[in-house]
Formats: sequence, C-alpha cells, structure tokens
Amino acid sequence: MARRPAIRWHIAVFLAPAVLVYSAIMILPLFSTLNLSLFTATDGGTAFVGLQNFRTLFGDPRWSSAFWNALGNNLWFFAVHMLVQNPIGILLAALLSQPALRFSAFYRTAIFIPTILSFVVVGFIWKLILSPLWGIAPDLLDMVGLKSLFAPWLGREEYALTTLALISVWQFVGIPMMLIYAALLSIPDDIIEAAEMDGITGWSQFWRIKLPLILPAIGIISILTFVGNFNAFDLIYVSQGALAGPNFATDILGTFLYRTFFGFQLQLGDPHMGATIATAMFGIILIGVCSYLFLIQRRLRRYQF
Amino acid sequence: MSRTRHFPARAFAAHAVLIVWTLIALFPVFVTVVNSFKSKRAIFTQPLALPGPETFDLVGYQTVAAQGDFVAYFQNSLVVTCLSLFFVLLFGAMAAFALSEYRFRGNMLMGLYLALGIMIPIRLGTVAILQMMVATGLVNTLAALILVYTAQGLPLAVFILSEFMRSVSDDLKNAGRIDGLSEYRIFFQLVLPLVRPAMATVAVFTMIPIWNDLWFPLILAPSEATKTITLGSQVFLGQFVSNWNAVLAALSLAILPVLVLYLIFSRQLIRGITAGAVK
Repeated sequence: MARRPAIRWHIAVFLAPAVLVYSAIMILPLFSTLNLSLFTATDGGTAFVGLQNFRTLFGDPRWSSAFWNALGNNLWFFAVHMLVQNPIGILLAALLSQPALRFSAFYRTAIFIPTILSFVVVGFIWKLILSPLWGIAPDLLDMVGLKSLFAPWLGREEYALTTLALISVWQFVGIPMMLIYAALLSIPDDIIEAAEMDGITGWSQFWRIKLPLILPAIGIISILTFVGNFNAFDLIYVSQGALAGPNFATDILGTFLYRTFFGFQLQLGDPHMGATIATAMFGIILIGVCSYLFLIQRRLRRYQF
Repeated sequence: MSRTRHFPARAFAAHAVLIVWTLIALFPVFVTVVNSFKSKRAIFTQPLALPGPETFDLVGYQTVAAQGDFVAYFQNSLVVTCLSLFFVLLFGAMAAFALSEYRFRGNMLMGLYLALGIMIPIRLGTVAILQMMVATGLVNTLAALILVYTAQGLPLAVFILSEFMRSVSDDLKNAGRIDGLSEYRIFFQLVLPLVRPAMATVAVFTMIPIWNDLWFPLILAPSEATKTITLGSQVFLGQFVSNWNAVLAALSLAILPVLVLYLIFSRQLIRGITAGAVK
C-alpha cells in the first residue's frame, strides 16, 4: 500500500455516507442544541444571553423546583435499576450458566421477551394490570393472602415513581442477564477446575472466583443503565402522560425536556429552555460516562485468558 | 461424590427461581392476549380464565379494525424500519470496512468519532433536529424518521462490524487484488458475504429500538399519514382508554408481530449478545 502515494479515493467513498449522515443528523444537531441554550427568544429574533438560561434553570424558583424534582426522581429511578434490575440479572445469569441445566435456552428466550416489547405496550399492560378497576393485581395478592397491601400504586404520589421503575426493571432485566451470562460463559474451564480442586464450589465459588472476573461486565451494564435511565421518556409519557402525574411525582428529565420544549396545556413551548435542559442532560450523561471510564474502568483489572 | 449428592437439590432450586421469573416475565403478556379474545363481561369476571365458547368474543378486534388505521400505521413502521435498517447496514459496513481494512491518517480518530454516538443518545439533539427538519421541509415525512434512525444506528453498527471485519482473512482479499478486483468489488463480493452473520446480529439490534421508538415519531412525524404503529397505538389507546376490549385487542396486535419475529430470530439475537459482550 505504501508504495502508492496517490490519494486513495475509495477510502473516502467508503467512509463518506456514514460520516455525512452521522455528522449532519447527530453530531451537528447535538452541538447546535448546546449552542441554542446560550440564546433566548426576543421580539424580533434571538439574543445571546450566555449562561443566563442555566442560571434560570438552576436558580429561578419557577424552573429550578421542577428541574431538581426531575433530577431527584431520575436519580431514584436509576437507583432502583441498580439495586433491583442488576442483582436480579446477575442471579438469573448465574443460575442459567450452570452446566447441565436443562431448558436453559427456553428460560433465556422467555425472560428476554419483555425487552423486545415497546414502551407503549409495556406501559399500558401494566396500567391495566395494576388498575383497581380490573382487579387482577388485587386478585393475585389475594391468592397469597396479601390483599391488604394493594393500593392504586400508579396513582399515589409516594409509590408511582418506584412502581414505574420496577415496571422498567421487569422489562429490561433481560439485558444484564444476557451480558452477565456471556461473561460467565467466557470464564475458562481451567479456572473453575482449579477452584474445584481447592474445594471451592457452589455459592462460594460464585462469590470468590466468578464475581471478581465478571466485574468489567457489571461495570458496562451499570453505565448502559445510567445512560438509558437519564435518557428515559417513553414509559413515563405512555403511562402517566406529559404531566408525569400524580403532581409531577414521576417527572424525570426526559418528560421535563418534552414539556418544556413542546409546551403543555397553557404553557408555550420554549426551544431555548428545552435546549438548556438537553444540555444539562448532556452534561450529566457526560459526567457519568467519563467517571466510569476514568475512575472505575481503570481500576477494574482485566483478566486476559 | 458430594457434588452428585447435592446436585438435584441445587438444580431444583435453580429451576424454581427461573420458573418464577419466567412466569413473572410472561404473565402480563399472557393476560393481555388471552383477555383480548373475551367478551367485556368475562374480562372483568374471570380475568385469568382462558376464553371458552361462552366468553369468546372478537368485538375488540372489530373495533380496532373499524376505528384505527392500523394497516397504514403498520406500513409506515415497516417502511421506516426496513429503509433505516438498509442504510445502517450498507453505510455501517462500508465505514467499518474502511476503518478495519486500510491504514490512513486519522483512522483511530475517525473510529472514536463514530463511536461517540454509542454512549451519547441522539435524543439530546432533538431541539436542533426538529428545527433542521422544519427548515428543510421534512417534518411529517417518513424521510425525517429514516434519516434520524440511520444516524442513530450507525455508531453501534460500525463498531460491531469493524470488529468482525478484522477477522476476515487478508489472503482472500489480496488474492482478489492480484486478480485485479477493484476495492469496491473486494468489499461487495468478497467481504460482505463473509460477515453476513454479523450483519444479522446488527440488524436485530438496530431494528428493535427503531420499531419501538415513540419519541421521534411523536416529535418529527405526528401527522395521520406518517404515524408509525408505536405512535398510532399510543394515540389509539389514549382515545379508547375505557373500551377494554379495543385496548386489549390493540395491545395484542402490537405484541404479536414483534413476538413472532423474535421467536424466529431469537437464536441470532442471543448469539449476537453473547458473542459481542465478552470483549
């Protein structure tokens, strides 16, 4: 190759379509959204206001209470995923990866089914099931003698967000399960055999040998969950509407962005404040991804097999 | 010795946990589909029973057929998903080939640039994307959705495909070059057929989020003529919220095509996840 100094046009031809579409539809709008957040609408056009929009978003009580509420809710939404979804995913993967387990392909296929459904379907199905009108949820609780625990969870301010987070966990638990399962399968047999020689089997083998080896996979799942959660919108919009009721108890950054950008009821949409919220979300995701890459991933020792 | 003795108990416990979660995963879907075939009375009096000769009723499906334009929505979704998928695979494979096959200045940087989009969601640029689509007159066209989904799918496609293309043997490509094939023919005739399994994996990964997306259809193409099935069923469900037969039928209709496709391709999908994740 090196003996041909001429420009190799075919490289450009191969790269051009992907780079053009990606730059024009993804990168450019992303930066122009960041840029829009520095302007505000005036009578005749737009005016540069620097960081004023951010000062409004974080400090002006009309905006900041909604913003901090959405951010707090989003953090709780993420926490529920980390505390429920990922441990269940790891448990299911550990069980599935046992050698000689029968029907494991069936379990894998079945447990992954909710993940392929759309939020519209998932949100509505659960709305129906949890609805006090239909009575499936109270009937099921009655079977195990816990009927007194039933409440219209989606309609109560104190339960609604956690309920939605758990619905989302139900839908997406298949992803950590699959990724951890793959990581467990990639552990070489020699290591497992050596552990068994030393008498380390069963759960202690899992805790002491396998878990340290799959930590990188758990790290990747955590960051995927983080990005997915701080970008979530559909489930809340479908089941609680753009107002993220009751009384904004389920409002997260995605629904807050949608409302601000498009307006709702009597409030007009505001592209500049919308862009400001999108920029804040961008910052949060960037902080999350960078702290993962620089703080966590570097400390995780990679085992080369 | 001790292993064989403990094995049945452990296997039993494992099956118990897995069966419980499988039931939790499938139960909501099962309840929805089963009740969509029942009369309104039966939905409320015996929600957990299978439809019998007395309770069987297709009134929900009749309402959906009479009210919603589901065939048109379905077509829109199909057009958007297929075309986006085609462009993601074609452009993604071309770029992946360039990055994995040739050494040129900026190769590494270009790879990183294209990989950025894996972590940063395209939704954050929505405000500017909408302004751009308004300026170019693409609002309420399927083309707007196809462009956005192509851009959204490319980063992951380039990333996965270039990993696979590195494993295609150099001898084969060099033999092609000696035979006088152009670089384009080497790509289309030698390399593409060899990475077909990886293309299938990328296709499944790209397809699901596009088919299920609500955000961009809602913002870029909410008109009646361009509604996708996801947005169409969301609007329908909102309007018919108190007509339980119609809601359950619409939900079942939204589930079934995806479920059938999934059961056909599940082996591919699962193999794709388990192969890509180890890296």
